[in-house]
Amino acid sequence: MYTQAMDTMGKDEARKPAVRSADELQLEQRFDERIDAGEFIEAKDWMPEHYRKTLVRQISQHAHSEIVGMLPEGNWISRAPTLKRKAILLAKVQDEGGHGLYLYAAAETLGTSRDQMFDALHSGRAKYSSIFNYPTLSWADMGTIGWLVDGAAIMNQVPICRCSYAPYARAMIRICREESFHQRQGFEALLTMMTKGTPAQKAMVQDAVNRWWWPSIMMFGPPDDQSPNSAQSMRWGIKKFSNDELRQKFVDAAVEQAKVLGVTLPDPDLKWNEARQSNDFGAIDWAEFWAVIGGDGPCNKERLAARVKAWDDGAWVRDAAMAHARKHAMKEAA
Amino acid sequence: MSAEQTEWPLWEVFVRSKAGLDHKHCGSLHAADAKMAIQMSRDVYTRRQEGVSVWVVRSDQIVASDPADKAAYFDPAEDKVYRHPTFYELPKSLDHM
Repeated sequence: MYTQAMDTMGKDEARKPAVRSADELQLEQRFDERIDAGEFIEAKDWMPEHYRKTLVRQISQHAHSEIVGMLPEGNWISRAPTLKRKAILLAKVQDEGGHGLYLYAAAETLGTSRDQMFDALHSGRAKYSSIFNYPTLSWADMGTIGWLVDGAAIMNQVPICRCSYAPYARAMIRICREESFHQRQGFEALLTMMTKGTPAQKAMVQDAVNRWWWPSIMMFGPPDDQSPNSAQSMRWGIKKFSNDELRQKFVDAAVEQAKVLGVTLPDPDLKWNEARQSNDFGAIDWAEFWAVIGGDGPCNKERLAARVKAWDDGAWVRDAAMAHARKHAMKEAA
Repeated sequence: MSAEQTEWPLWEVFVRSKAGLDHKHCGSLHAADAKMAIQMSRDVYTRRQEGVSVWVVRSDQIVASDPADKAAYFDPAEDKVYRHPTFYELPKSLDHM
């Protein structure tokens, strides 16, 4: 579902130029040439250590976001209003588990293990998208997440299908192919309520949009002048567009979609700018963004606790499956 | 026992998208044994009728060429254009040969 251009390492990991040998400089020069030529980098190819680290961080954050993202929606599976909506929501949440798997597998090709990544998530060292730390209060939140949150994610993710690191690009192609259903089902669920619903249902949709709008446009990450690692990621072909460019594109698309839906967006400063041929919009509350990323969002503790509990409660199953496999392998060998 | 040793092994997944086509690599997953790997491949990689058959193989059982040898291994084929049918010019009347 959701990557976030978080780029948060700029705050806590100052990049220091490492001492390089002549050999390494030559390898790095060849690597840069391959990037410039638009070539893909595969798992076993030589790559600069910082490229590897940047990718491990970004891909694992992305993977964590997918599986933490299952929680706010999982909350509504048993309360979906019809069997049809329940089946759709189940399929969507299942997709997100799959997306997490594709991404963990891509990160593993860079030499980090699945358990190491889980440990980073469970201990609070790793980040995931800020959006999942908001609560899902009504059924309309399911539609709104599909429309706005998945919509923002798609805007972020489509360019990564052409990312220089091939295993990540391949995972993203698969994910984007499945993602479009997520956005469309959400919009359609909202449209049904807005065109056929009661006044109370319409008000519920508007309320959900009011709550999710700002967190959704925060998903594109901090503004460009506060994204210290962006330039390097662009140089390496990991990032294709800046956070602000993608955010603007998303706002312009959402404004039109909101008209079709018949809802307003909760920003008094949102208006068409003829000269820019784009929509101007109000100031984003970045203090809220950093607080949510830093662990102080409305649901951070709950989300992390749910992941840790699932992992701990599942330990005996994982161990039993391994013991069973070992026993049968020994029997076959005998 | 360390965390690494309890981690389920990694498997590579190959899917035949329809009868008559090759199995194609489509990703990987962790599973305790082959039976579980097949089951999970079905759940993860064929949710939208992407396949009619899956193969799984333990990742540590795959032997691959070394990327560092890429030039030495594959470049020699570059100048052997006579291995391609288009190298040979034939009279127009026979050009479909």
